[in-house]
Amino acid sequence: MSIAMPLPDAEVLAGRDGFIAALSRVVPGEGVIADEKGLRTYECDGLAAYRALPLAVVLPETVEQVAAVMALAGTHKVKVVPRGSGTGLSGGALPLTDGIVLGLGKFNRILEIDYANRCVTVQPGVSNLAISQAVSAAGFYYAPDPSSQIACSIGGNVAENSGGVHCLKYGVTTNNLLGLEIVLMSGEVIRLGGKQFDSDGYDLLGILTGSEGLLGVVTEVTVRILPKPSSVQALLLGFADVVDAGDCVARIIAAGIIPAGLEMMDKPAVKAAEDYCHAGYPLDVEALLICELDGPAAEVSELVDRVEAIARESSATVLRRSQSEEERQRFWLGRKSAFPAVGRISPDYYCIDGTIPRGQLAHVLARMRELSAEYGLGVVNVFHAGDGNLHPLILYDAAREGDLEKTEGLAGAILRLCVEVGGVLSGEHGIGIEKRDLMGAMFTEDDLKQQQRIKCAFDPAGLLNPGKVFPVLHRCAELGAMHVHHGKVPFPDLPRF
Amino acid sequence: MVEILRPASAEETRQAVAWAAAEGKPLEIVGAGTKRAFGHAVAAEHHLELAALSGIIAYEPAELVLTAHAATPLCEIEAALARSRQQLAFEPPDLGPLLGAAAESATLGGVLAANLSGPRRILAGAARDHALGLAMVSGRGELVKAGGKVVKNVTGYDVTKLMCGSWGTLGVMTELSVKVLPAPERTRTVLVAGLDADAAAACMGRALSSPNEVSGAAFLPAALAARSAVSYVAGAGASITALRIEGPPISVGARNAALRGLCGGLGEVEELHSHNSAAFWRELRDAAPVAADAGAVWRLSVPPAAGAGVLAALAATGGEGWLDWGGGLIWWSCPATLPASSIVRVAAEAAGGHATLVRADDALKREVAVFHPQPAGRAALSRRVREGFDPKGILNPGRMGWPGLMGQQT
Repeated sequence: MSIAMPLPDAEVLAGRDGFIAALSRVVPGEGVIADEKGLRTYECDGLAAYRALPLAVVLPETVEQVAAVMALAGTHKVKVVPRGSGTGLSGGALPLTDGIVLGLGKFNRILEIDYANRCVTVQPGVSNLAISQAVSAAGFYYAPDPSSQIACSIGGNVAENSGGVHCLKYGVTTNNLLGLEIVLMSGEVIRLGGKQFDSDGYDLLGILTGSEGLLGVVTEVTVRILPKPSSVQALLLGFADVVDAGDCVARIIAAGIIPAGLEMMDKPAVKAAEDYCHAGYPLDVEALLICELDGPAAEVSELVDRVEAIARESSATVLRRSQSEEERQRFWLGRKSAFPAVGRISPDYYCIDGTIPRGQLAHVLARMRELSAEYGLGVVNVFHAGDGNLHPLILYDAAREGDLEKTEGLAGAILRLCVEVGGVLSGEHGIGIEKRDLMGAMFTEDDLKQQQRIKCAFDPAGLLNPGKVFPVLHRCAELGAMHVHHGKVPFPDLPRF
Repeated sequence: MVEILRPASAEETRQAVAWAAAEGKPLEIVGAGTKRAFGHAVAAEHHLELAALSGIIAYEPAELVLTAHAATPLCEIEAALARSRQQLAFEPPDLGPLLGAAAESATLGGVLAANLSGPRRILAGAARDHALGLAMVSGRGELVKAGGKVVKNVTGYDVTKLMCGSWGTLGVMTELSVKVLPAPERTRTVLVAGLDADAAAACMGRALSSPNEVSGAAFLPAALAARSAVSYVAGAGASITALRIEGPPISVGARNAALRGLCGGLGEVEELHSHNSAAFWRELRDAAPVAADAGAVWRLSVPPAAGAGVLAALAATGGEGWLDWGGGLIWWSCPATLPASSIVRVAAEAAGGHATLVRADDALKREVAVFHPQPAGRAALSRRVREGFDPKGILNPGRMGWPGLMGQQT
């Protein structure tokens, strides 16, 4: 394991039995798991290369129980790792050996569907897809659609600010969220936002979203729902050169078109997907674009024409438009099964998640090929081209000595490349532990300390999911200190009026 | 005597704030100053005027991102965007005239610091949804950056959102990156005359629940409609319910027909085309219908379906106002008195929303919090967040409420 976690608190480990007994009084019955076999289920999230057994797992059913668990943990200096469905890809729900995992799986009810205000209030353990399903018959849906949407929980979506293939047009979680109920480490319950568009005061809703479980435990979520578009059509566009494909993406956007989805796959990804699910993808292209347009029927058919014309100008060698819903689904089939498809051609793969300015695509892909050769590991690329979010999949074999370390080295090099060209380390998977030690590539020590001061406001003792996101842990007392020098000439170069 | 500090760079801004922090000297942060009358008065002997931090730093239309110094005038940005047929989709209001300041002078930093969004907020999101990243000077006198220059990013806390709506009380923004979007090729506004507020709310709800991508939904009572500079609206002699659609011509035509079908049976229908449509929504965006009123002006954010009921409850103040955001936003003008203010706050809260006192004289603002008072737990949390950014409380102290507290009296 190349990512070091904070040293466990020996006192907490020694007091385990007493703490578990106290925990069982707060959440009685089967709500506390402490046997090794039971704990194994929770030893990792979607970043399976990292595993640890927690002190215990607690599965509360009410917000009062969550509050009591948090307060109890706070009193005993026991760390808390919140967990939704455990589908996260950056290790945000990796257990700590001296901490409990607080699972929200029993918070699985849809509390209110409010069509008049076009919003839905749910408990955090409800899956992303279940929200859309619950309102589908009335003609609505919840827009963010991460590829794990069958399984991933809405609470986890809030923690990671999840996106999906439709977020260029419809935004990510933070743009579709109206209200939250959270529990602080102190056990205090705070409500943010509501059913109105804008929340008042500081945008704490905004800071909670994407905070990776470090600020509070989400116990209730209110999201906006949107009317389903009346018509959807997709184009499948193949290119003999990645540069042409990148050019086509830039031209579509420069023409004032914001597609509902704009996805790219490189040649190895196309081949893996085609071998896996026979979607009918052309195999003689270097890059494949799927461009989906939605809206009123008249608009969609006009925009499909325009995109097709742009694709011709960009030297597309393959041009297909979906003639039926069945065909549209088939266009997506390969893209949506890209990960399992890659799983079949390699014993293991490692998915990364940087975002780059779209204009840098060709450069980044070329440089990635060089890095891939340098490290001796294959890389397959699927890419949310519309918003610049890359998902390179590094092919490796965990059973082979040193492969995982090499993979992490290559992943780090690719992510640093993303930052170098003006991008960021994570588009939608979060930092967690996976990219934690790369934060310095993007932020200065002052930047990171300022972010950690936000955590101090929510969790002054640093017990909620510590060791994630930030490479260096600072105590809040240290972060609060201010070093100032009195009596100096204040700002000699500053013009005064 | 007020001393004015005019830094010409982020580094000079840092020096000024570091000095103020060391000396414990409060600073009032001023961009163009068009919203100085919004919020509580700041007791500061020193003004930090940022006007020199101006200019677009980077803009590549195909990236849908623009980066500018914080005090760049919005009109400069909007002109640059218009040349590439793009726009700030959140439709930033120009509250200068409402607040007794110059029109068309507001800055990018100012509109984001106030998180002000216009009628298109219902479709395109708020100002904060378009803020991608920033550089700022914290109250500790440190240069800090957050976010990025790409539209999709979960790298560290979303400090950029926190800065939106913080009114300069957490840090001094020096550089901002915002998401920009294509400007629509065509705009139409469907007007239905003569509905009462409940019928208007039902009409707007139906339109917003349909797949017609309505980008503006407002209801103006007859007295306010009569003040419009758009003759179709002023001449209606009745209330106006307005629905806006934007996009490619063929799509606008189809949706226009669909909306007429949805709401057409309710009253007389008229249409506004390009120039008139733009003028009408600009009036609502800038709260022009009540800009000339004497007295207080409030802005209420409530669940959209509650809008008509809140509007009815507000009538007891003896004021007037209208619904925007399909009922989710209420602009309300009424006498600047304590009883009227308390009616407004109670009505907003009863609906689960909140009310902001956008414009009032100092006498009323001494008695009534500009920003909606918060429950104790959230107020305390917000105060701790502020202490992390500005431990000495030197940035715009009191602007959002009585010293150190958000909308809470000490």
